[in-house]
Amino acid sequence: MAETATSTVGTDTYNYKVVRQFAIMAIIWGIVGMTVGVYIAAELAWPWLNFDIPYLTFSRLRPLHTNAVIFAFGGSALFATSYYVVQRTCHVRLISDKLAAFTFWGWQLVIVLAAITLPQGFTSTKEYAELEWPIDLLMAVVWIAYAIVFFGTIAKRRVSHIYVANWFYGAFIITIAILHIFNSLAIPVSMWKSYSAYAGVQDAMVQWWYGHNAVGFFLTAGFLGMMYYFVPKQAQRPVYSYRLSIVHFWALIFTYIWAGPHHLHYTALPDWTQSLGMVMSLILLAPSWGGMINGIMTLSGAWEKLRSDPILRFMIVAISFYGMSTFEGPMMAIKTVNALSHYTDWTIGHVHSGALGWVAMITMGSLYYLIPRLFGRELYSIKLVEVHFWTATIGVVLYITAMWVSGIMQGLMWRAVNPDGTLTYSFVESVQAMHPYYVTRWLGGVLFLAGMLIMAYNILKTVTSPQVAEINDTIPAPALAH
Amino acid sequence: MFEETLFTSQFWEWFIIIPTVGGILACFGLIYWLGSDTQKPGEQVETMGHVWDETLEEYNNPLPRWWLNMFYITLIFGIIYLIRYPGLGSYAGTLEWTELEEYKYEMWAANTRYGPLYEKYKNEPITALIENDTATNLGHSLYMTYCTTCHGSDAGGVPGFPNLRDEDWLYGGNPAAIETTIKNGRNGNMPAWQAVIGDDGVKQVTQYVLSLSGRDHNQATAAQGQKTYATMCIACHGPTGKGNQMLGAPNLTDNIWLYGGSPKTIETTIANGRQGKMPAHGDFLGEAKVHLLATYIYSLSLDK
Repeated sequence: MAETATSTVGTDTYNYKVVRQFAIMAIIWGIVGMTVGVYIAAELAWPWLNFDIPYLTFSRLRPLHTNAVIFAFGGSALFATSYYVVQRTCHVRLISDKLAAFTFWGWQLVIVLAAITLPQGFTSTKEYAELEWPIDLLMAVVWIAYAIVFFGTIAKRRVSHIYVANWFYGAFIITIAILHIFNSLAIPVSMWKSYSAYAGVQDAMVQWWYGHNAVGFFLTAGFLGMMYYFVPKQAQRPVYSYRLSIVHFWALIFTYIWAGPHHLHYTALPDWTQSLGMVMSLILLAPSWGGMINGIMTLSGAWEKLRSDPILRFMIVAISFYGMSTFEGPMMAIKTVNALSHYTDWTIGHVHSGALGWVAMITMGSLYYLIPRLFGRELYSIKLVEVHFWTATIGVVLYITAMWVSGIMQGLMWRAVNPDGTLTYSFVESVQAMHPYYVTRWLGGVLFLAGMLIMAYNILKTVTSPQVAEINDTIPAPALAH
Repeated sequence: MFEETLFTSQFWEWFIIIPTVGGILACFGLIYWLGSDTQKPGEQVETMGHVWDETLEEYNNPLPRWWLNMFYITLIFGIIYLIRYPGLGSYAGTLEWTELEEYKYEMWAANTRYGPLYEKYKNEPITALIENDTATNLGHSLYMTYCTTCHGSDAGGVPGFPNLRDEDWLYGGNPAAIETTIKNGRNGNMPAWQAVIGDDGVKQVTQYVLSLSGRDHNQATAAQGQKTYATMCIACHGPTGKGNQMLGAPNLTDNIWLYGGSPKTIETTIANGRQGKMPAHGDFLGEAKVHLLATYIYSLSLDK
């Protein structure tokens, strides 16, 4: 890349303000989203908890939970880390502070509007895309601004090679823009009501093309970008294999986009579409594990750090959960397995082993690395990170094992038949059998949320403690860059 | 090859086939190209020579063999699957498998296996069958499978879905009527009256309807309601409010309320009307199962 050094290089700084804002909001929204999650988990175990108040019913709070954890918590974490990573690995400040600030305030507005409209029952009914059309439009505008800031910064970089983390962040930003815009196409009939532009099974297919790739690109590619920066930084080791990152990147983004139909096995979706969805979901196993291998093997030669460094442990356990849920996913996409697992709690368990185990834990590890550096402070307590790590890990394990047992039990109860061919169990009997597992799942959620509160306390004490170090936000002189 | 096509033109066939096959081959090519390089024994792995953000570097370790093999296996599985099953446009696959055929086969297999259990009771009258425990148990199993979602597992009903244990029948409670209801379904239709009789009219008729079951009511208002009743409601619910089973018009004198009996709910019923829907089960279950279900339902109302 042509050198554009001027006399100011070496004294210029990175834009840390927007990174700080998003990083702190990630923690706050994490607490909000997980609290709602714990509450609706309690409602499933003790239904009277909705107190017959429409705003508190499961059906209205569930989309609030998913939107808050995915877009508010996960989204803020992705904004924070991608802005940090893209600057530090391109050795250049974000191209526009104003546009970056717009993405922060715009995104927060989207979240607040979601929190106002969803409990009132305004919904497009599309899973993970429930927001009505005015908010969808705002989201699209913010996202395009995000793309301009991110790719503009890449274009202005002072290093010739684009670091691997940025490939993943870039793929995530482009794909989410396409998915969001095409899935949300709708015809408004009033301010808060619209109808999807697609009909019938095509609507379902577009929805799951979106839905599965929200998982694939928002919750996977974006967080792999996070992994590729924060794991080598925290481990102080080079990334394991450049070659592996090329293979798994291209194979992952190619294959993921086909996998949506596995959400619609044995439905009105044409057979050919179901087959392709299943085949591509299976092929997705190796590309997913490529990321896991690259993350975990980055530690080779530094394994002993796991014993003393709970932040690194967060990251490695996150990658392990990533490996586990990306094995489970292809298995569940096989039609015969899906015939048992579909519509059961197994799916919920699978999602949460990805969402809590992978997404949330890699975020926590990364934020523990990031926040002290953003504020020029020492982390208040490593001991509390340790406590958080164990609370969160036990919480996830309780959650997913409860859902495995209840999911498989549901599947088996639903398909059990009497000697006369009638069903052995009525639906309500299967619901009744779920109760102990719903209580266990709730408990797992409570633990996970408790960990998040410990983190919030630790971070609060960190950022309010006296500054001990210079904030290292100086852009290095171009000599370093090549 | 492309006989019963799902597509408007062959363009879409190739639109699916080319990226699918091309994509799988590209994955093959990618891992073959980058996987062929292996590390020689004793060779040190070098970094790529780039440094980002002070310390970030990359090794270039070879791709793990077990991982490459796993990748190859899934790709080969994918190709075999797409040869055997539908996937590439409207190419049917060598097995010519379809979801619909599988469904039909499973239904056929189940009917062959279980059908005779039910068929043997088809010609016995319900009045005799209710004495046969095996038959009523079969009916109960069928009930638990097909009916509980609306009528509840105890057949006690929920608002909008009638109680099947009592002696109040919308369309008649003799065995033949019950069997007809299950077989053909029923469409209840109470018209909306608000536009016709106004808010006051709705309130007045509500008071009169309450009086029919001997409940607390305002006598003056009820008297006015009676006049409206006599012109508007009488055709279906009858002069004494006993209803009409030919029409499925409920008896209003027995203090049994399909949609709820609070004055507020009765007002809503009169103002907005109600559309009740019992789906037809004849085609789906077949005569023999309907017959046993009717037996079970009939036995419930005798079971006092």
